[in-house]
Amino acid sequence: MEIIILAIITCYFLGTCAYFAFLILQKDRFYRLGFILMAAGFVFHTGSIFYKAFDSGFFPAHNFHEVMSFAGWAVVGVFLIFNARIKLKILGIYAAPLATFIMAVCYRLPDEIVRTKGVLSSFWTALHVVIIFLGEASFALACGVGVLYLLQERAIKRKRRGFFFSRLPSLNLLDSSGYAFIIAGFTLLTIGLAIGFIYANAIWGRFWSGDPKEVWSAITWLVYAALLHERLAVGWQGRKAAVMSIIGFAFILFTFFGVNFLMEGHHGEFTKR
Amino acid sequence: MQQILLIGLNHKTAPVSVRECIAFSDDETAGTLSAFRKRENIKESMLVSTCNRVEFLLTTDSAEKAVESVKSVISENKTLPVSEFSDYLYIYKGEDAVRHIFLVASSLDSMVVGEPQILGQIKDAYRIATDEKTSGVILNRLMHKTFSVAKRVRTETGIGDHAVSISYAAIELGKKIFGSLHNKQTLLIGAGEMAELAVEHLIRNQATDILVANRTFERGVQLAGQYNGQAIHFDEIGRCLETVDIIISSTGAPGFVIDAATVKTCMRKRKNRPLFFIDIAVPRDIDPKINTLNNAYVYDIDDLKDVVDENIEDRNREAVKGRRIVDEAVITYLKWYESLDVIPTVVAIRNKMKQIADAEVEKTLNGLNHLSEKDTKAIQKMTEAMINKILHHPTLYLKGNGCKTDKSSAIDIARKLFHLDD
Repeated sequence: MEIIILAIITCYFLGTCAYFAFLILQKDRFYRLGFILMAAGFVFHTGSIFYKAFDSGFFPAHNFHEVMSFAGWAVVGVFLIFNARIKLKILGIYAAPLATFIMAVCYRLPDEIVRTKGVLSSFWTALHVVIIFLGEASFALACGVGVLYLLQERAIKRKRRGFFFSRLPSLNLLDSSGYAFIIAGFTLLTIGLAIGFIYANAIWGRFWSGDPKEVWSAITWLVYAALLHERLAVGWQGRKAAVMSIIGFAFILFTFFGVNFLMEGHHGEFTKR
Repeated sequence: MQQILLIGLNHKTAPVSVRECIAFSDDETAGTLSAFRKRENIKESMLVSTCNRVEFLLTTDSAEKAVESVKSVISENKTLPVSEFSDYLYIYKGEDAVRHIFLVASSLDSMVVGEPQILGQIKDAYRIATDEKTSGVILNRLMHKTFSVAKRVRTETGIGDHAVSISYAAIELGKKIFGSLHNKQTLLIGAGEMAELAVEHLIRNQATDILVANRTFERGVQLAGQYNGQAIHFDEIGRCLETVDIIISSTGAPGFVIDAATVKTCMRKRKNRPLFFIDIAVPRDIDPKINTLNNAYVYDIDDLKDVVDENIEDRNREAVKGRRIVDEAVITYLKWYESLDVIPTVVAIRNKMKQIADAEVEKTLNGLNHLSEKDTKAIQKMTEAMINKILHHPTLYLKGNGCKTDKSSAIDIARKLFHLDD
């Protein structure tokens, strides 16, 4: 298993190098190389997750190691799907190192088998987790696009064009890509949360149990809902939208990590020692 | 051996008053080339004439006479005394001429380094020369090499990458903000040469909808007609800001025509869609504070000038790389060119024959062990004699008894027949 994770990390790392070469030298062959490396890593990654799932008979999100691996998988998956659809070639300079970093952390974490209660290994829990992770991966990419937007906006506003000006795409493309990621993320998050609540109602007889993860997920959802509402109603675009997508992602990170390490609740199994 | 000769003048050596007198139209070029064909001392010729340069590229046996011919042809064609222009001419021979034409075609010798038109102009000039049948082996090869060098310089260096004119720099910035300028609405306030140039660039980039606001409405209507746009009154500008995307301003007004408060209120109405102000007026028309508002971008003339200066610097840096590519190409071309000389060609043919003969003789002798040393010598002598006899006429022909008119192409064919070059 370890060897596969190392292979995945190698692919993502080389992909990162290729994307940075593309950023600096602006040659399309590096971009294509980066894409191929990320796709190759993704194939290994998918294989490793399926292997684990068949091996244990459950969806592999039992310990922190598996959760991180799945988070990395979701980021790369969303990145690859979007990359084929939008012309934002430069996004790799954010997504590839992010995936590499997540996998490097994952590699350092112990992979001990934790048996969870039956409730949490059902199909509906798995679906709930997969959809939410894909949504959060979209938000992670939206945050990256937001950072790129702020860099490019700064270059144009300050009239000191420098390294990024010629290398980053137009503000319009960055803004609309960020918006696309937010829409995708918000849709997935909404569906994922709905499945969670409905399933909770089915097995525990209540939609809402005040679990900190539930509370923070709801807050995160509201942050993105506000962002989308403002965009549609008042036209929050450009800088404000970029800043908001970065703030929104900070909420995601807290809901993802902070809640598990700082608070108790029924979502905490996988980080319990 | 024919010499490559280049005679010309350009924006660096001659003032525009001289250049405009000497410029050749396409028809004149054809006429001049056919005049050259009649001159004995000019073998091959072509003529490149643009607004910034006139270049005569020739091959000749006698450089001095050819220079005189060119001067007299210019003087006849343009009815100008030779003394009027001869001081402005530069004359390059051989290697220098090759390098010069490579530099010109790669746009490294242009007034604006990296401008793309020159290569097309040289291609046209070459086409006229081939139509007039004044280009031969040497110039054909030289031109093909020229085109490939120019292409390499363009693709492998960044000399053509960024805008080096104010109006074009503004368009590039617009693209960085809006992505595509397709269907973007433009408001032109006031009129001026540079503003009009920018509008033309915009139209070329498919920004179709043009509004014109001018102090005198009549002039506005006239300008709007020019761009298939619409004229508006000066006091309608505030309302227009709700819909337009790009504003180009160049009025002679002493104060700001658009202030920050106006833009701030209109931003809400336009749902924060980006606004790009191009202010080419001095004193400025657009309040620079607008640049601090979200999604509003203001570039004044100095900002644009900085962009252009920076881009020119970039291009000059890239030009160094371009020169290196040109130097490489000069070396390969000259290698081929020098091989066109008679003696090396004759020697090369002889060596090749001798190599083949020696190899075959050795093969045969290996199977004939009963022959004495004397017999072997006799056979070797015979093959040498055969080579001499076979090559006698070709050698004479190449040395000039048979091919007085176009020696270079005869040599070229000979080299191809014997496959002397790889």
